[in-house]
Amino acid sequence: MSTLDGKIPAGPIKDKWTTYKDKVNLVNPANKRNIDVIVVGTGLAGGSAAATLAEQGYNVKAFCYQDSPRRAHSIAAQGGINAAKNYQGDGDSVYRLFYDTVKGGDYRSREANVHRLAEVSTNIIDQCVAQGVPFARDYGGLLDNRSFGGVLVSRTFYAKGQTGQQLLLGAYSAMNRQIARGKIKMYNRHEMLDVVIVDGKARGIIARNLVTGEIERHSAHAVVLGTGGYGNVFYLSTNAMGSNVTAGWKAHKRGAHFANPCYTQIHPTCIPRSGDYQSKLTLMSESLRNDGRIWVPAKKEDAQAIRDGKLKPTEIKEEDRDYYLERRYPAFGNLVPRDVASRAAKERCDEGYGVNATGEAVYLDFAAAIVRYGEEQATIKGENNATESRIRELGKEIVKAKYGNLFDMYKQIVADNPYETPMMIYPAVHYTMGGVWVDYNLMTTIPGCYAIGEANFSDHGANRLGASALMQGLADGYFVLPYTIGNYLSSDIRTGQISTDTKEFEEAEKHVKDRIEGLVNNNGTHSVDYYHRKLGNIMWNKCGMARNEKRLKEAIKEISELRDDFWKNVSVPGGAYELNQELEKAGRVADFLELGELFAKDALERNESCGGHFREEYVEKSGEQKGEALRDDKNYAFVSAWEHTGVPSEAILHKEGLEFNDIELKQRSYK
Amino acid sequence: MNLNLKVWRQDSPQEKGKMVDYQLEGISEHMSFLEMMDVLNQQLIENAERPVAFDHDCREGICGSCSMFINGEAHGPVKGTTTCQLHMRSFKDGDTIFIEPFRANAFPVLKDLVIDRSAFDRIQHSGGYISVNTSGNTQDANATPIPKENADFAMDAATCIGCGACVATCKNSSAMLFVGAKISQYALLPQGQVEAKERAQNMVAQMDSEGFGNCTNTGACEVECPKGISLSNIARMNREFLDGSVTK
Repeated sequence: MSTLDGKIPAGPIKDKWTTYKDKVNLVNPANKRNIDVIVVGTGLAGGSAAATLAEQGYNVKAFCYQDSPRRAHSIAAQGGINAAKNYQGDGDSVYRLFYDTVKGGDYRSREANVHRLAEVSTNIIDQCVAQGVPFARDYGGLLDNRSFGGVLVSRTFYAKGQTGQQLLLGAYSAMNRQIARGKIKMYNRHEMLDVVIVDGKARGIIARNLVTGEIERHSAHAVVLGTGGYGNVFYLSTNAMGSNVTAGWKAHKRGAHFANPCYTQIHPTCIPRSGDYQSKLTLMSESLRNDGRIWVPAKKEDAQAIRDGKLKPTEIKEEDRDYYLERRYPAFGNLVPRDVASRAAKERCDEGYGVNATGEAVYLDFAAAIVRYGEEQATIKGENNATESRIRELGKEIVKAKYGNLFDMYKQIVADNPYETPMMIYPAVHYTMGGVWVDYNLMTTIPGCYAIGEANFSDHGANRLGASALMQGLADGYFVLPYTIGNYLSSDIRTGQISTDTKEFEEAEKHVKDRIEGLVNNNGTHSVDYYHRKLGNIMWNKCGMARNEKRLKEAIKEISELRDDFWKNVSVPGGAYELNQELEKAGRVADFLELGELFAKDALERNESCGGHFREEYVEKSGEQKGEALRDDKNYAFVSAWEHTGVPSEAILHKEGLEFNDIELKQRSYK
Repeated sequence: MNLNLKVWRQDSPQEKGKMVDYQLEGISEHMSFLEMMDVLNQQLIENAERPVAFDHDCREGICGSCSMFINGEAHGPVKGTTTCQLHMRSFKDGDTIFIEPFRANAFPVLKDLVIDRSAFDRIQHSGGYISVNTSGNTQDANATPIPKENADFAMDAATCIGCGACVATCKNSSAMLFVGAKISQYALLPQGQVEAKERAQNMVAQMDSEGFGNCTNTGACEVECPKGISLSNIARMNREFLDGSVTK
């Protein structure tokens, strides 16, 4: 075991980033023209990085597995993006955003990175507005804000329930401008299958053209991974079907340490699963918790009657409802952070108060909000004697304006009307805080290989606050990486073009081809999905919302056995050199089968509960906080960065100690 | 429910395709349409046959990947939905369902139901952006108030997911709803004014060169658009184009 150097600049936290920028090595414009950068992934992080690096003059090659960069999964983010603009004058500041993020992450993130994130957050909003991103505005024409979980201010900017879409299309438009100038060469429908290391530095990738199946070599002076999270290791998640860990995992196997894999965010407000055929889960934006009240029946017999279809939620009297978040956390109520809200839902359902046929659902109820808004509107319109139904009608209009598209989505999936009867929700895997380990420069332990956005681990600790993923993706891509990568590339100005005709590229290409041929020629008996579902079951049951030593040990063993079975018995129809979606899936699932084991190992080694990592053995035993997560700052205030050695569960642990000089470590209390 | 499927199978862009019959049993009405396709593919894999290739990713109606022409309608029978959001409760036991790719000359079939929509990207390259560098020093986001109405209209236009249902459904294979939506988003915002004239000229020229047809005001695109993009965006595009043509 060794300790890792995060390369955090010296000086007071407020000055670190400014000082860094003042002193960082730059590359002159004439030299940038001779430097190539590969960016893998075109979501908020990859897309914004590709565009900005190209604006600066580097030659960018961008890769995405989708048919267009505009379809990266950032597009599905609904609720919003945080920024410390303090337009509402409610006490927000860079420090407060920094503080909220560190606290929300349960004191397991790197202070210096988080402060930098909070600093550049305001630039993001300015930049996006300049690009023509149509954020929501109020009647005075100024930008509107909403509030999100875990904070006491309104700092979230939004574009209806499609904020991710609009921000991604903004980054896509910036990319398009550079594609038109020839500064970005775009490779759609390409998947990175290995990173190539030459003389200890990342110098290129091996990619598969997903239309022809051809294996291609691409060289560059640096490789940037903006490839998102690995939530699909659980099979069912809110991620897109194609979201995968492959790029990060290949880098890991070539020497990049993988940090905190067990930190997973289980989002509290998703549509419950309906059957075994389910292929993915759908998130309902956290913004709904601004107005929706979460409850289950207070009596078990009522919950049973609902499950049996004998009782409707609207028939349960007010006093027979348990608004358990408002009861347990009076200060934050329904707006507690995601990890807290998710565990509270699981606790109620495990106790037998769950409401749909599966017993795995709680209510999210808008009836009170509809009446509250309706009364407000009646007053505004001077309708002093409005009837109850008129008030509800007025209220529904407001709720529709705020959340209409989310309500429509719910209606389409569940075939139930949430304006009349409460929504049913249940937690689902949504985001992974863990990822490839990076230093302050966002460089991995492979020189010249960077990881940005959800693909890295740095900013969210053990739990991410709502509306912070979009912020981090764009911060890394627009405002951080373009500075830090120059520092590295400044020593590469005399290198010249990197040849792909070398033994390193040859070896990597052969490695990729052998693996693909192994898969298509396997003639096994089970489909890829068969294995993916099995892996998902192990992960959800043994590495999910609540973990313990026994189950984690079982998980390691079972995943390892499943992986062996996969390589013996998986069946991948079709050939290697054609459009073959089963082959694409097979490669991704093979990597998940390795990651899952490391995930369980990481969770097993972390003998504490923090953020999204909840170990049943480590909870407060008494007092006001009884049953809440119990952190162990004395022994576990570090980042676990794993070095690959062959078998995932035999990875070597490296620690990066976390120092908190500007924020006092406390138990998170949302009471 | 039990279903008869007639699915377009085509091995590659060069080869001819054909409709192939499949029988499915025990489909739940709660399944999404793509989950039904998953069941079909698992069945094919178990029988050592090649599964049906189709584009899909987010499965929540926002990425714009899915693109099936179902019983003669882009994204199937339900209005305002993508294929991935269509559920089997919209069908009944014993139904025969025709499943084809989005068809247009500018969208060649790559395999089965997978099409090449890169023409849409190229149209965006020709002008679908505001020329602003990433500096962090643009003016404050609230420096220029934008009337809420304009911001809302711009947002409505910007919700286009680029799926191509408008093209697939148009008898002329016109892409004007797609292009009009992008031109409108910027035309409605002060940031977009500087380059407005060139943008309309360039995007329309690229659209024409990709082989998309013209608009004859049938309005099918608006009806089939899963995001309800309004036909008025085409009118705005035409105004912007005309303005650029006569005042340049």
